[in-house]
Amino acid sequence: MISDEQTILEVKDLKIHFKLHEGLLKAVDGVDLSLRKKETLGIVGESGSGKSVTTQSILRIIPQTAHLEGEIILRSEETGKNINLATLPMNGKEIRKIRGGEISMIFQEPMKAFSPVHTIGNQMMETVLLHRTKDKNEAKEIVLQSLREVGMSNPEQRFDEYPHQLSGGMRQRAMIAMALASNPAILIADEPTTALDVTLQAQVLELMNNLKEKTGTSIIFITHDLGVIAEMSDNVAVMYLGQVMEYTDVDTLFHGAKHPYTLALLKSMPSVGAAENKRLEAIEGNVPTPINLPKGCRFFSRCKLAQDGVCNVQDIPLVKIEDGHYVRCVLVDEKNRGGR
Amino acid sequence: MLNYIGHRLLQLIPLLIAISIIIFVIIQLPPGNYLTTYIQQLELSGTAVNQSEVLNLQHQYGLDQPVYVQYFIWMKNILFHWDFGNSFQWQEPVTKVIGDRIGLTMLIAIFSLIFTWVIAIPIGIYSAVRQYSIFDYIFTFIGYIGLAVPNFLIALVIVFYVFDHTGLAISGLFAPEYVGQPWSWGKIVSMLERIWVPVVIVGTAGTAGLIRTTRAMLLDELGKQYVITARAKGVAEKKLLFKYPIRLAINPLVSTIGWTLPALISGSAIVEIVLNLPTTGPVLLNALMNQDMYLAGSFLLILSVLTVIGTLISDILLAWIDPRIRFGGMEE
Repeated sequence: MISDEQTILEVKDLKIHFKLHEGLLKAVDGVDLSLRKKETLGIVGESGSGKSVTTQSILRIIPQTAHLEGEIILRSEETGKNINLATLPMNGKEIRKIRGGEISMIFQEPMKAFSPVHTIGNQMMETVLLHRTKDKNEAKEIVLQSLREVGMSNPEQRFDEYPHQLSGGMRQRAMIAMALASNPAILIADEPTTALDVTLQAQVLELMNNLKEKTGTSIIFITHDLGVIAEMSDNVAVMYLGQVMEYTDVDTLFHGAKHPYTLALLKSMPSVGAAENKRLEAIEGNVPTPINLPKGCRFFSRCKLAQDGVCNVQDIPLVKIEDGHYVRCVLVDEKNRGGR
Repeated sequence: MLNYIGHRLLQLIPLLIAISIIIFVIIQLPPGNYLTTYIQQLELSGTAVNQSEVLNLQHQYGLDQPVYVQYFIWMKNILFHWDFGNSFQWQEPVTKVIGDRIGLTMLIAIFSLIFTWVIAIPIGIYSAVRQYSIFDYIFTFIGYIGLAVPNFLIALVIVFYVFDHTGLAISGLFAPEYVGQPWSWGKIVSMLERIWVPVVIVGTAGTAGLIRTTRAMLLDELGKQYVITARAKGVAEKKLLFKYPIRLAINPLVSTIGWTLPALISGSAIVEIVLNLPTTGPVLLNALMNQDMYLAGSFLLILSVLTVIGTLISDILLAWIDPRIRFGGMEE
């Protein structure tokens, strides 16, 4: 993937393995990603595709038992230096400064993501006091301002309220406010709208897009919902079983995707214009557990185009098809080469 | 908050009335009463008892009245005169029989509770945070021993061991010269020298259990999303641990204070008998065996009231530390 001076975060050949009794679980197996300034990178994939682990490893908040390899390079705006997050000591001072500071995170279920016994204000102040200012009054001002920016009604009152006193939508707004209160360069949103109903989803997505325009924050947006990807992303990485299957810009994803898995995902998405009584095409089976996987394509067991002796011989590389469009599929690769 | 406490206090009134009725019914349930036991004993020892004497005794103890009248008299005297009735067996007012003992029992109970918490919670936290470490295994092992060995056995072993090594009999709460004496500085010192034995023994089983509970609760909380959120905000591990998961893991422990209180008081009866302590356990056992109804009834009543108070205290504490309870339900 291209990296230029606009690149703010680069993940190179990231591997996250867990040693289990059953064998080596390869949750993430050679992922490359790059994020540019003011860009929104969507990561889409089914449950178990490794999208959450990938992003959590950027903040190094994955379990200590995980074995992490590869590079995670952050071009720090504060210091102007490149920092390899993958080599920083876990829970050390340097990584803690980045967590919630230069990179902050929004989680799926705001009810669970907030501590139920501390006020919203208390939990937001914590971030601000760690990353913005040591002055309590100033910190409170920043928190209130941040709550105002996400459209929270009555921020002074909300400040002293507990998570369970807010509605689901308000809670997720508070979560976003907390993440943005520290002025992060990168915002990682891990399925932030999955737990919300559709109207609230739309509101929260719009809010995030607006805030991105205003603050210029880069966003990594994780979801399994292609509709949300269409609304949010500039570039998209389609992940399956710990690998990036296809990486492209959002228009190409919907109109010129090449990988059989991406195509299958697109077909399984309901659309308004589709003919009545037409069944959605689901992808057969489930994502297998990534333990002791056979050589070859990860999608082999579920792929309709899979060819024995071609796809399951050796591991498939991610190949550049056009500028900014990468696909991990032998068949697509051959077709393109043959065509040229 | 005040509103909540007031609400809870009002709820106590019907509860306590119901408890007192149930207790009175229960102590009336076994066939016969103190007099029949008493007469039986007299007859066994060869003394003939004639009918008029029996009637006389029945009248004297108020046993010829209907049960509900007996209940109302008992309640009236408790509420207005702080008079729990007379113990047939001791021929003394119940308050006099158990007054000192209740105090000492409470003292041992509270010390045991503190001992348990001070030892168990830090160990539980350590075991959870360093799960499967060598010390976790060691504490787990010791904990299971503590759970499995009956308290009175530990008591016997300690008493024997101390006696064997020092020649000192550590049973009882006071040195022999202070038994039956009024309270004095010397008596207090003598008590403090000996009270650790029952406190440690009564506390051991509780400690083992509490270590397991704390460990399990904290392990549950450590994996929760809000811990990851706090970590993702850049909060240092130690600060994070005490502010979030430990705070939440303590909640269910606080709610157990309610039943720890009476359990500490009644559950240690055998230990108290083994150690020959001037506390309530042995007296209660005796009263129940001899159908000394006012003594037994008063005991049960006091234990129940303590349970209710314990529950109230833990509810108030819970409401204080957990806003979900404080605001839940009361606002509607």
